[in-house]
Amino acid sequence: MPARTVLQRADIARALTRISHEILESNRGGSDLILLGIPTRGVVLAERIAANLEAFEPGSGVVGALDVTMYRDDLHRHPTRTPSPTRLPAGGVDGKTVVLVDDVLFSGRTIRAALDAIGDLGRPRAVRLAVLVDRGHRELPIRADFVGKNLPTAAAERIFVRLEETDGDDAVSIEGIA
Amino acid sequence: MRHLLSTADLTRDEAVGILDLAEDMADVATRAVPKLPTLRGRTVANLFFEDSTRTRLSFEAAAKRLSADVITFSAKGSSVSKGESLKDTAQTIAAMGVDAVVLRHSASGAAQVLAESDWIDAAVVNAGDGTHQHPTQGLLDAYTLRKTLHADASRGRDLDGVRVAIVGDVLHSRVARSNVWLLTTLGAHVTLVGPRTLLPMGVGAWPVDVTTDLDAAIAARPDAVMMLRVQQERMHAAFFPHEREYASGWSLDDDRFARLAADTIVMHPGPMNRGLEISARAADSPRSVILDQVTNGVSIRMAVLYLVLSGSDPREAAA
Repeated sequence: MPARTVLQRADIARALTRISHEILESNRGGSDLILLGIPTRGVVLAERIAANLEAFEPGSGVVGALDVTMYRDDLHRHPTRTPSPTRLPAGGVDGKTVVLVDDVLFSGRTIRAALDAIGDLGRPRAVRLAVLVDRGHRELPIRADFVGKNLPTAAAERIFVRLEETDGDDAVSIEGIA
Repeated sequence: MRHLLSTADLTRDEAVGILDLAEDMADVATRAVPKLPTLRGRTVANLFFEDSTRTRLSFEAAAKRLSADVITFSAKGSSVSKGESLKDTAQTIAAMGVDAVVLRHSASGAAQVLAESDWIDAAVVNAGDGTHQHPTQGLLDAYTLRKTLHADASRGRDLDGVRVAIVGDVLHSRVARSNVWLLTTLGAHVTLVGPRTLLPMGVGAWPVDVTTDLDAAIAARPDAVMMLRVQQERMHAAFFPHEREYASGWSLDDDRFARLAADTIVMHPGPMNRGLEISARAADSPRSVILDQVTNGVSIRMAVLYLVLSGSDPREAAA
């Protein structure tokens, strides 16, 4: 079955704009806020959301990257993964509200690893989760606070997120296993 | 990566990948909890058939920062002094269940023998075999050079155009051999300097320049001078008439140190014979990166242990 596009460039931009507003609303402004993207595409999304926040409320677009490779529970099941750098904003995460940003929320295991990783970096006041796509099929009691699009999927289907910065264009598509 | 036996096996991309991974590992040391859960439940055995302080401690620290369990064996006070062989020791360790073996042995090729044997199916990391290889030392030296030259912009870079003089007892030095292959793979230009008696046979076939004149090598303004330890414990013949004569020709003494170019860094794999191959002033100067080498060693060994111990088990994949 061929890939079916479910989000176009404009849909992604609108979703990210709405998420940006929701983050500011729930945080009651942009103070003590840190966006941490999970590599690879979560970092790109975090940077886009940060640019939105900066436009709405200057000084609020603090962004970093959080690599979770070393915290995964499936390292023995896959070929060796190469970690990406973790970049933390100056001042660290202590006492801040951290918003984790990822492209697709699926089993929840990546987020579980990210929560462990944050725990080793310091003690944030709160941790929130923003994702572009929530496709269901959770294996852990984890949910997202900010969701771009809920996409009901079959477990065997695959979701592809393409972003300008990493893949040359913006699109979310879904592919069934024929 | 299944084993790490020699730097000659590494491609440029693999070597740069290990150095980049070590940068991530170095960041861990600066965090609130300087520890990763990555190798929880895995066991690393340090088999040291030959004396070592820094390498053994460094591997132990690296394994513990990745949450692996460590068992350490040193030949002194063990059954090796009762005549137990590498094979028997390896099989004994295997029977206890280990995932990786870090091996230091006085026989060149010991790590290769262990890796190719069916005595144990753990990953093997060579921590020095005779006068052959000491790959993690080569990697930490390359890391130290890259970090010193490029600081925060070092990620992803090789050592193209960097000039390094490796000075002293090249004949007995596995550190020199590991560095020659790794540094040239990364694009650096290596000059070996030492007395004729301490340069290996067949050195002409290595991808390096060779000279006996340290003063000329210093005048050529290398980016780094790496002083090697004079390994008297491996010298069973007279390689030079007297320590003073060695020092006058090949020591980084105060006079030669003063003639070094201002941005030349001083390296030494340790332990140092102060006053023989290096003067205290050179060793303790701000241009000496000798303690950085020790710090970086832990990061490099974390990266190597991660690479040999993570990823799907080839035995399970085959099953």
